[in-house]
This record gives sequence, structure tokens and C-alpha cells, in this order.
Amino acid sequence: MSTPFLSVRDLRVHFSTEDGVVKAVDGLSFDVEKGKTLGIVGESGSGKSVTNMAVLGLHDPRNTALDGEILLDGKELITATERELEQLRGNKMSMIFQDALASLSPYHTIGAQISETYRKHTGASKKVARARAVEMLKRVGIPQPDVRVDDYPHQFSGGMRQRAMIAMALVCDPELLIADEPTTALDVTVQAQIMDLLKDLQREFGTAIIFITHDLGVIADIADDVLVMYGGRCVERGTKREVLRTPQHPYTLGLLGSMPSLEGPVDVPLSPIPGTPPSLLNPPTGCRFHPRCTFAEKVSGGLCSSQQPALEIVDGRGSACHLSAGQKGEFFAQYAAARAN
Amino acid sequence: MLRFLVRRILGAAVILVIISAIVFVLFYAAPRDPARIACGKACTPETLELVRKNLGIADPFPVQYWDWLKGIFVGRDYASFGHCPAPCLGYSFQNREPVLSTIADRFPTTLSLSLGSSAIYLVFGIGAGMLAAVKQGKAVDKIASSASLIASSMQIYVVGVLATWLLVDQWHLLDRASYTPFTENPAAWAKGLLVPWIVLSLIWTANYTRMTRSQMVEVLSEDYVRTARAKGMSRRTVFFRFAWRGAMGPIVTIFGLDLGVLLGGAIITESTFSLQGLGMLSVKAVSTNDLPILLGVVLVAAGAIVVFNIIVDALYALIDPRVRLA
Repeated sequence: MSTPFLSVRDLRVHFSTEDGVVKAVDGLSFDVEKGKTLGIVGESGSGKSVTNMAVLGLHDPRNTALDGEILLDGKELITATERELEQLRGNKMSMIFQDALASLSPYHTIGAQISETYRKHTGASKKVARARAVEMLKRVGIPQPDVRVDDYPHQFSGGMRQRAMIAMALVCDPELLIADEPTTALDVTVQAQIMDLLKDLQREFGTAIIFITHDLGVIADIADDVLVMYGGRCVERGTKREVLRTPQHPYTLGLLGSMPSLEGPVDVPLSPIPGTPPSLLNPPTGCRFHPRCTFAEKVSGGLCSSQQPALEIVDGRGSACHLSAGQKGEFFAQYAAARAN
Repeated sequence: MLRFLVRRILGAAVILVIISAIVFVLFYAAPRDPARIACGKACTPETLELVRKNLGIADPFPVQYWDWLKGIFVGRDYASFGHCPAPCLGYSFQNREPVLSTIADRFPTTLSLSLGSSAIYLVFGIGAGMLAAVKQGKAVDKIASSASLIASSMQIYVVGVLATWLLVDQWHLLDRASYTPFTENPAAWAKGLLVPWIVLSLIWTANYTRMTRSQMVEVLSEDYVRTARAKGMSRRTVFFRFAWRGAMGPIVTIFGLDLGVLLGGAIITESTFSLQGLGMLSVKAVSTNDLPILLGVVLVAAGAIVVFNIIVDALYALIDPRVRLA
């Protein structure tokens, strides 16, 4: 295993609000290697976007407390100055967002927005930066890039805007790309094109990618490793294959159960996870998932509601659940069988 | 652009015709007869008829309106005043002066008052608003926000009188409000208008501070501002290159409307400082049933608002590429 490009250790992101402290991320650790894609899955409010905003240092410093360690290529980011972070953002690490129309400035041409980033980090001349913008647009598959470079975002289609955003994020050849649900707002064909584009670009440049999504289908397509988040914590981690084929946490199991399968019979009903995501202001005691967990009462001594399960990772694989391995094997098989009937 | 202009100017003309027609109708709904007032106490039916003819109000009012409207484009012949060349807005019932020259005489006062105070309140209002937005939640923001709330709830007739009393009568710092044409003596022009400018812009600055602040704060929370930060732009760059641009649109819109209103005559301001502008002229016209003057002032005021609306729309298209002129 090579040294990770991004290494996050025991990250805590706490917001102070009028009602109290919101523990949006509460002790999260993960690594991303170059050329690999880490998929972060979770519901809205599970802390996946907050984590990545913290990596970029884009949280609001007035009400946010960061704790833990974020090492980018060996450099500590939590204690870095704003100026140092500005040098890294868009240069060594970039981010693409969900809604490309809202995320691109409506007042500047696509070309201006791409070359602005390039000039900021390389000090290139306007002319060179513009040529670079055209080259990037061509690389992400925009037709007639030398003409479209002068268009405004509203003149682009949804898929083209997302391509333009990728071009902008990659203009300085960053080593880490954080993609925050970049395909959620797109229709499936365009979604597939964007995923292929990201995979191609990753192959070409060896970029490390963090892919945030709530869509397990997208994870199955693009990720190497998967991290499942619930209530600001990691509940399960492993390779894509391990997590999707043999989930070790009831929440992951529930996520998979709420997705239709292309391989099985068509008339299998979906089984959504009951309940709502936990409040991060007053999180449930014990395991944060236990109020919604089908198996919570199977654990003796009410452990699930009193004690937080530890996340034990062995060789990058692990889950945070009080169920024993034997119980999981038994109950999860029953769950799968019940679904199939 | 040309199509836009032609369309908007035609639209503006229609609006002005409708507004003048409304004023005409309202005037005739009023119970007072300007001819009887002009005729005096010892008025016989014959003289009254003669006065009516002389004032050009002997005909039924649709005909009068038509004559008035026609006068603007082709000029008009009066029994008592002779020929009035186009654009003819008629003659005052009160002092028999041509309306056009009366307005031309009064307009520079109103123009100086509006433009001068606009320049002041734009600079200070937008400046303070931006400062408050940068220092969101900090002491500067709180001071600016509460000061502007207090200032915007003040009234000209209170602040104006108070300012004159303090600055002019008590401390002898500034001159009493007066109007000297700019072309005659620029220094005296500015000196005479300084007190009204300060008072007028004090109140308007407050509005613009609050508006600029809220616009900036709103734009700063936009996704594209976050993107700009994510690609390494500094706070300062984001503020001046992105947020400023986004906040400008609404400010320009409001300013266009406000300036139009100010140019139509700031009635309260002018009467507070006894400045003889369009506002005072219209007050006098209303109280003396002087229809031609009233129509003229209304036309100028409505025209100013309509023209600035067109300018605002054109500017908006310059600021925001998503807006197309059509």
C-alpha cells in the first residue's frame, strides 16, 4: 500500500448554533491514494459534504470548530493559514459541485472562469491562459471549444456545464479532486458520460478522487473504496466489492435494500429504511443508527442504545456495529431471503 | 438594441398619454372652475365666457385634451397669447407665462438637488453597505445597520429644519439653502445646496446601506462564490469581482426608480428648504387650479421615471449577461 495522498485522522467538525453545538462530523478517518477513487455514501446531513468543505478549508470560520488531522501530501491543512490554503485550492486540490449552473458565475464567460484559475496559480499571461482554457474544454469533450470558450454558463446545456466545471477544476492538474454529487442533477445518459470522463481523466493524470454521493449505483460504477457515513461518523468501510456484496453494517444493508436490483426478479418490493436521519444537535445515545435499526433488539443488554460501537478497521475493512460476525451472517441472510420472497 | 429602444420609447409615449389624460380627468372632477377664479368677484356671464375662451377651456374637455395633446407636436394658436410653437404645453392660468419656459426655469434646481444628493448617497450608502457586508456580524456591521435603521426612519421636514437650525443658525458652518445657477457661479451653487444635499442624502444613504448590505450578504452565500473560493480566489477577489457584480443589478434598478422620483420634484425637500424647483411648482399649481402647469410637471416627472426605467433596463443587460434586451 502506497502512502496516501490525503489522510484524514479523527476529524471533528462542530458548528455552534443558537440551539447548541451541531456535531456534523464526529471522529472520521480515511485515506485516499493517488489514482484511486474513494466513494463517500450517506444520506443528506450525514456529514459527507461538510467533511470535504473542511478538507478545502471552506467552512465558515466564525461558527465552525475543526479538530483532528488533515494531511494533504504530508501537509497539515487544519493549521494552515488562509493564504496557504488559497495556494492549494484549485491547484493541488479541486472541487466540483452538484449544481453546475448555480456553481458557475453567471457574470463571467466559461473561458474567463477557467483561465482565472489557471492564471491565479501559474501566473500565466491572459493569452496563454485562454489557450489553456480552450485546451481543457476540448479535453472534457466540449464541441467547438474555441468558440464556446466565450459563452456564458447559461448558454451551455446541463451536461456541458458540468464538463466545463470539471475543466475548471482540472485546469491546474490537481492531485486531489473532490466531486460533491456532480451527477445528481443530470439525466442518466449525461451522468454516464460524466462518469466516463472522470474515469478517463483519472487514468490520464492519476488524480485521487473523493466522490460524494447518495447513489450506490454511481458508487458501483466509479469507486475503488467505499466509506459509508451515518450521523457524522463512518459506519462501514471497505473496497467497493466488499461493501456492496457483503455489507457488514445494518445501515449499508438498508441502503442496498432500498435500491432496485437489475439482476434479481422485478417484483421484489423496495424496503426503505424506516425513520429519519438523526439530529446532529442531540444525536441518539449509543449507536446513532439504533432507533432505525432492524437488528437493535437482537443485541443483548441494550448495548446499541447505551454504547457507541467502535469502528475497527483491519486492512481497510471494517464496520461499527455491536452485532457479532455470526449474528450478522445469520440476520443479513434472513433479511435477504425475506426480500426475495 | 435598436428594437428594444423603439419598443420602449413607444411604450413610454403611451404611458405618458394615459397619465396626462388621467390628470385631465381628475382636474375636471375638481369642483373649482379656474375661469371663475381668474374672472374675479364682479364677474358677468359674458366676461366669464371670454375668460374661458382666453384660457382655452371653452370647449368640452375631450376637445381640450386633444388640443393640448396636439399642441405638443404641432404647436397651438391661442386667442389671447397668439401662436405657441411646438412643443407647446400651453400657458399658466395663473400668470400667463408659457408652461415650457416655467418648467425650464425650475428644472435646474430640482436637477441639482437630485443629482448632487444622489452622488453623495450612492458613494456613502454603497460604501457603508459593502463595509457592513464584509464585516458581517462585527461591530462595524452592527453600527452601520442600526445607524441606517435610525436614519431611514427620519423625515426630511424634521431633519431639514433641525439641520438648518444647527448648521446655519447656531453654528454658522454652512449657508442657508438657496439656488444659484451652476453656470453663473459653481461655488455659490454648491454652497447654497450643501445643506439640502446633506439632509436628503442622510436619509437615502441609510436605504442604500441596508440594501447594499443585504444584497452583498445574499450574493456571498451563492454557490458560485463558494466555487470561486474553492478554486483559490481570495476573499477580497471574490468580494470585488463576484459579489459586487451580483449585488449591482438590484441596486441599479432601485437607483433608476429613485432618481426618476427625485427628478419629478422632491416636494417635501423643496418646501422644507424653500427651493423653487418642480416640487414647489406642482404644489402651487394644485392649490391654484393651474392645469397647464400641473400637466407640464406631471409630464416631466412621469417622463423622468420612464426614461430612467429604460436606462436601468439597458444597464441591467450590461451587468447581467443572462438578461436580453427585447
